[in-house]
Amino acid sequence: MSGQMNKIEKQSWQCCKCKIPMSPGNVKITYLGNDFTIELLKCPQCGLTLVPEDLAVRKMLEVEQSLEDK
Amino acid sequence: MDHKQLRELEEKCTQGLPPACTTTCPVHVDVKSFLAEMKAGRFDGAMKILRKALLFPGIISRICDHPCQAACKRREAGDAVSIAALEKTCVRMSSIPPERISILTKKDKRVAVAGGGLSGLTAAFDLATKGYSVVLFESKDRLGGSIWDIPEEILPRDVILEETAVVANLGVEIRFNATVGENLSLTDLCRDFDAVYLGAGRYSQDTFNLQTSREGRILIDPVTFSTSQEGVFAGGGLRTGREYSPVLSHSDGKRAAKSIDRYLQKVSLYASREDEGPYQSRLFTSTKGVEPLSAVVPADPVQGYTREEAIQEAGRCLQCECLECVKACEYLAHFKGYPRKYLRDINHNLKMVMGAHTANKMINSCSLCGLCEEICPNNLNMGEVCKNSREIMVKKGKMPPSPHDFPLRDMQFSNGEMFALARPEPGQESSKHLFFPGCQLSASSPEYIVKTYSDLRKKLTGGVGLMLRCCGAPADWAGRKEHFLEARQEIVRLWNEMGKPCFILACSSCYQVFQNHLPEIEIVSLWEVMDRLGLPDVSTGKAGAGKVAVHDACTTRQEKHVHDSVRRILGRLGYEVEELEYSREKTECCGYGGLMSFANPELVRKVIDRRIKESETDYVAYCAMCRDKFASRGKRTFHLLDLIYGGGNSHLAEKKDPGYSQRHENRARLKDKLLKEIWGEKVEKAQGFAAIKLDIDDELKAVMEERLILVEDVQRVIDYAERTGNKLYNKDTGHFMAYHRPVSVTYWVEYSPRGDGFAIHNAYSHRMQIVGEVEK
Repeated sequence: MSGQMNKIEKQSWQCCKCKIPMSPGNVKITYLGNDFTIELLKCPQCGLTLVPEDLAVRKMLEVEQSLEDK
Repeated sequence: MDHKQLRELEEKCTQGLPPACTTTCPVHVDVKSFLAEMKAGRFDGAMKILRKALLFPGIISRICDHPCQAACKRREAGDAVSIAALEKTCVRMSSIPPERISILTKKDKRVAVAGGGLSGLTAAFDLATKGYSVVLFESKDRLGGSIWDIPEEILPRDVILEETAVVANLGVEIRFNATVGENLSLTDLCRDFDAVYLGAGRYSQDTFNLQTSREGRILIDPVTFSTSQEGVFAGGGLRTGREYSPVLSHSDGKRAAKSIDRYLQKVSLYASREDEGPYQSRLFTSTKGVEPLSAVVPADPVQGYTREEAIQEAGRCLQCECLECVKACEYLAHFKGYPRKYLRDINHNLKMVMGAHTANKMINSCSLCGLCEEICPNNLNMGEVCKNSREIMVKKGKMPPSPHDFPLRDMQFSNGEMFALARPEPGQESSKHLFFPGCQLSASSPEYIVKTYSDLRKKLTGGVGLMLRCCGAPADWAGRKEHFLEARQEIVRLWNEMGKPCFILACSSCYQVFQNHLPEIEIVSLWEVMDRLGLPDVSTGKAGAGKVAVHDACTTRQEKHVHDSVRRILGRLGYEVEELEYSREKTECCGYGGLMSFANPELVRKVIDRRIKESETDYVAYCAMCRDKFASRGKRTFHLLDLIYGGGNSHLAEKKDPGYSQRHENRARLKDKLLKEIWGEKVEKAQGFAAIKLDIDDELKAVMEERLILVEDVQRVIDYAERTGNKLYNKDTGHFMAYHRPVSVTYWVEYSPRGDGFAIHNAYSHRMQIVGEVEK
């Protein structure tokens, strides 16, 4: 699940609470007891993250399904 | 269901087992593959196949007594395939040299073979390749025995000389003019050798002082070919006598050699020898619809088939296989195998602890409809296997969460406060009957529930109660036993509370669930009730209403009385009934059964498309999901209630599936409507997230449907984001983005305020969890 940053469109998202732009950072995600660290856009202050559509419906789905069959 | 039972079930599937031609052949020539090669014109390939079973292919192929042909399935549609003639053609036309024969490491045991006929030569050949020192004693001065009696034009002498010479090349020592019983005694052989094979031929009168039968023949064990004396084995013409068959002698030699090897290795002579020699094939092959064809007659009978004639004749081979269920079921065809193979995969999947459970998808894709059991000559039911497997997977914690999560939540919705309802008829204290429309009909056509309930109350005395909820089928299909039992228990509790009424069921799946799991409750199908009590006044039958093709629900496969009632109702409504090829007990699933549509949407499209292509006529279904599935792929399909209450208006056959969100909405509204109109209760307006107004265009609605995202999921995300402020803002587009994970799925919504609600621009989800995400 590396290199996801290339796929993230450089959209101008900002965190509503902190009023600062999102920037790339490491985020821990987990499924069925398996942990991964991926690079995502996140709020440098509160940590609110953005999982882009393409990542969710392709790579994440693929990994979810292979973990489910493990 | 344990591994042993799965292995036993495997035996029910005969696909992949050898066909009759092969099992009838004493040496089990792979006739089917041989003929496939011949048909393709690959005579060298065909020759290679012959050589696998025949040690002396040039001799055997020319003189074989071909018991295979009498067993050939082609005989049911024309003449048997001329296998023997094709073998002759093959050995005549193929010029491929024999492969090098490999010999195992030399062993220190010596074997004597008495008789240089077919069985003796075969035994000597096999034993020599196994590494034994073999001495062959032949009474004449040439090898071959009685095959020299065969006319030269059938069996050319150079073929005999060439092929029998192979035995000497393998290192077998050959002593000519040595006859056991004359210039050589069995006692001497037994003293000098570790084992002896007697293949003295059919004309031999000698019994070598061995134990004999009443007819005076040497007693030979039919499995091991051993005689009364330890270490002495016998076969061939000596065993068969006047019933002599060259190919049987060849087989005897092979089987005796196997025994001698086992004897010398001191292992069991009897273990695993069931399928040696000729036996009855278990492979089922249907010849239904096969065009009868006569055998190709060679233009020159003396010469035999030309290349073209041989190809044509081999083309008549049916390439026997069963695949009856695979032909009838899109699911079984989809995974490119057949039950015997699938059972092996399932067994492996259930046994495995670590590694990829590659059969999960296959197990979860079955509709559990039971058509395979109806079709299978041995009544193998893959649905039962798949359902049992699912239960085992759930128990072991090995069931993937994603395929069944959505339908189980749908079931939870139907059994929650938004839909669930149980009331006696207004003004009645007890209920003799109870109308149980089921969750899907209530979601597809809520208007008919109100009408049906009203008519049932008019026609039945003693009180007709109403129960809105899910029967538990999704949990049952998902293999969630405990989950299902909870739902069952609640139904039984309510049934008791309402005075044990007879349930009137409008849904076929409910009918199956009640029949299988709620035997204490008396049930009747709505269609039987309507058939018996007469149709509602609105549905005046008019002759010539048109023709409809009935799609029977797979969950009422065995309920002939339901099939009959449906057809009588249609008759009374004035419809002419067309019977589909697969109907009644042989009906097909629409793709909803067994939660197939959640585990394998791609397969469901194939299942539906196959079913809807069976006839051009408009379909009529009596299960809401069947109707909606067919309509979703463009097949004009009525629900039976469309004809009863909708007057059979043409547009009803084209009505779209309402979609998952609208199904929830329809159920909730139905409950409110019934409470208000029938029980006169005040219904509170939606509050909280459910009150959030959304604007979603049709394109996004379709995407959400495919992604199993409900309007209420979107409402929850917005409610959460607006409440907590946990959202992102895009200044270029003016859109907000937020996510929320109510239980096991994280939903993302891109939205912007519009009027007194929100416009939705995108919605997607994932099951992976972002760790450390902010509070709910």
